[in-house]
Amino acid sequence: MSVIYMLISISIVVAVFFLYAFIKAVRGGQYDDDYTPSVRMLFDDELVKETNKNQINITEEKQL
Amino acid sequence: MNPSQCFHCGNEIVEKDRIVFEAKSFCCNGCKTVYEIFSQNDLTCYYDFQSAPGATPLDIKGKYDFLANEAIVNQLLDFQENTTAIVSLYIPHIHCSSCIWILENLQKLQPGIIASQVNFPNKKVRITYHSEKTHLKAIVELLCSIGYEPYISLENFGESKKRVDRSLIYKLGVAFFSFGNIMLLSFPEYFEVGEFWIEQYKDFFRWLIFALSLPAFIYSASGYYVAAWKSLKQGLLNIEIPIALGIVVMFIRSTVDIIFGFGQGFFDSMCGLIFFMLLGKLFQQKTYDFLSFERDYKSYFPIAITKILPDGQEEAIQVYDIKKGDRLLIRNQELIPVDGILISEKASIDYSFVTGEAVPIEKESGDKIFAGGKQLGKLIEMEVLFSVSQSYLTQLWSNDVFQKKVEQKHKSITDKVSHYFTPALLLLAVLSFGYWIFIDVSTAFNVFTAILIVACPCALALTAPFTLGNVLRIMGNRKLYLKNAIVIEQLAKVDTIVFDKTGTITTNKKTSITYEGEILNDFELKLIKNALRGSNHPLSRRLYDYLPPQELVGVSHFEEIIGKGVIAELEGGTVKLGSSQFLQHMSEATHKKTKVHVEINGVYKGSYVFNNQYRQGLEQLFEELAKKYELVVLSGDNDGERKILEKMLPPSTHLVFNQKPEQKLVYIDSLQQQGKNVLMVGDGLNDAGALAQSNVGISISENVNVFSPACDGILDAGQFSKIAFFLRYSKNAMLIIYMSFGLSLLYNVVGLSYAVTGNLLPIVAAIIMPLSTITIVSFVTLMSNVFAAKK
Repeated sequence: MSVIYMLISISIVVAVFFLYAFIKAVRGGQYDDDYTPSVRMLFDDELVKETNKNQINITEEKQL
Repeated sequence: MNPSQCFHCGNEIVEKDRIVFEAKSFCCNGCKTVYEIFSQNDLTCYYDFQSAPGATPLDIKGKYDFLANEAIVNQLLDFQENTTAIVSLYIPHIHCSSCIWILENLQKLQPGIIASQVNFPNKKVRITYHSEKTHLKAIVELLCSIGYEPYISLENFGESKKRVDRSLIYKLGVAFFSFGNIMLLSFPEYFEVGEFWIEQYKDFFRWLIFALSLPAFIYSASGYYVAAWKSLKQGLLNIEIPIALGIVVMFIRSTVDIIFGFGQGFFDSMCGLIFFMLLGKLFQQKTYDFLSFERDYKSYFPIAITKILPDGQEEAIQVYDIKKGDRLLIRNQELIPVDGILISEKASIDYSFVTGEAVPIEKESGDKIFAGGKQLGKLIEMEVLFSVSQSYLTQLWSNDVFQKKVEQKHKSITDKVSHYFTPALLLLAVLSFGYWIFIDVSTAFNVFTAILIVACPCALALTAPFTLGNVLRIMGNRKLYLKNAIVIEQLAKVDTIVFDKTGTITTNKKTSITYEGEILNDFELKLIKNALRGSNHPLSRRLYDYLPPQELVGVSHFEEIIGKGVIAELEGGTVKLGSSQFLQHMSEATHKKTKVHVEINGVYKGSYVFNNQYRQGLEQLFEELAKKYELVVLSGDNDGERKILEKMLPPSTHLVFNQKPEQKLVYIDSLQQQGKNVLMVGDGLNDAGALAQSNVGISISENVNVFSPACDGILDAGQFSKIAFFLRYSKNAMLIIYMSFGLSLLYNVVGLSYAVTGNLLPIVAAIIMPLSTITIVSFVTLMSNVFAAKK
């Protein structure tokens, strides 16, 4: 039954780790702006897509 | 894409100004230029996220020359080391995802920029740049050229970096950590009482729970102890007292319980209580980050101004460095920062900032000009009479109203209720203790503590934050942005409403124009419209917009005499437009109305009269409000419009004219002396004193991102006719709170019936506490939405 001591200790350690991670994230300002990142993450794809398109066009022209 | 709208800014295109470029239509050259800049740099993605996201770039020639001054730039920077500099700029135009995208790709437009990051809710962009490769001035000019002009004012200057207070979130995180873990560890003992294994591990579980509750008890709940202690010292019975008492008693009783092995204690309920109450606090803390409610003259004033040195050279100097006797150069559209004497021959100064009056005032050489005016037209020179802090406008801010930090002038509704609740609770606890002590001493202590625990007014304390927080959000969605939740309570108490006239019940945007005199034929209209084309005077622009579109006529001679009018020689006739003095037409003695007189080929035709246009729905609004409130219209103007207003507004409305800013403040004060709760609705800086003095000051704004004076709330001008709804809604919010108080008292009665009889088990407390919280939160959310739906 002493396994309970171990399991509970582990679970508390995990919980403390999450609390630490949460506080660190808040302190780092991650929650100060909760809107812009959600928009920003969609942007990079658009740019890459366009440059890819250009490259494809160029190669097609060469083949012709 | 609608072809009649500009591809860049979405404005309606005037057909003759249409510019077609790469098969796209633009309304003006500015918009086309921005498109060109973007397309040359492969940034046309800008137009993919949102159609027509842009703004027309404004002409800013010379406006940001002061940024060449290193000392000023250093004050604006967030950070600088070696060659890396970081600056945060406030850009009011940020409004959509296209804005974020283009502003985060600035480095493609200017190589010196290393990175840029947008904070959308604050409408700020943080730019990191290489200070040798580029300069702040170049960056600001780039932003202006693509239609994102930053707003730089005296407020930014030397502003100490505000530390964001995140302690509430930390406390909430810690409380949740304690609450969650304790709940899990408490569960076995709820259900497995007397089992063999639980008997064996009981102590381990209990002491672990005790340890886990410490951070919540000591750190998370600390705010309540401080608040309770403060209110005790002031002799007030705040809601914090029973809360703090409940928490402390819970902790001590539970500790005693586990030390002597009486039971598992109430640690789970205690941590849950702390967590829910902090959650309520957070919920109430809705803020509109992009709005500022604490503005003073500093947010209007420029940072720097051009000074003319004795040897004729120009130099940008900080506004605070202006000294008496300096000569300053004020450009078109620049704000005059200090009082002084005009040196240039003529100036036309727009005091709409100060007085709300949109028609510019003419000044001649030697006249005194006051801070806060905006120069329109040519650049002028002036000599300084007073420094910034001694100027007339800034003196207004030295009034006491602006000095005292309003430390909750009013008792909040929760405090009022707890004024009765707290003594009643203590009395009940003492009485039950007195009753039980003769029967059984240990039960007496149990009952005493149980009463304080179960009556800990968690639900009571949560009612107001959740109701007001929700109402704040609903009002925000309807474009009334309140500073904080206390304003709602005060709004519900208002019995007198004071309106400013110009800019508040009238709009600045559209002025209805009527024509008096000899009827003009089509040809004459054409001449007038063409003569107005070249003039930049605000009245000319308005009249130009008002006249129906006409074909273009060649102008052979055009002259604008500032402050007088225009003379234009066109094909087919000469047109003279302007003031009555200018036309030497003195037949009328009315100078109370704003008029533009017309003379064609030397013959006087008549005049265009500019009437202030009242906001839509004004009459209905006043009629509705007059039933319940005392109404006052307070105006800085002369009483030229008294007749019209008397006809339009209910007879009980008081009309007061010729009020200077300080007089408005005094007027509000005198109303308050009579015991009235005053709501002031105003717009300009001239109302700033009155807004601060009133119980609730609401500022009307055509564009909420543009600056408005210090106030308790900002109302979008389009919602003006809904003021009656907002007032009614705030009253309903108070009603919801009272109903919810009843509900939470009901829970207290149930809980107390357990406590008084000495039967309060930890599991009962652990059930009642979250249950009451959930009921209260869902009840107030539901009710506030129901009332919002009612028109």
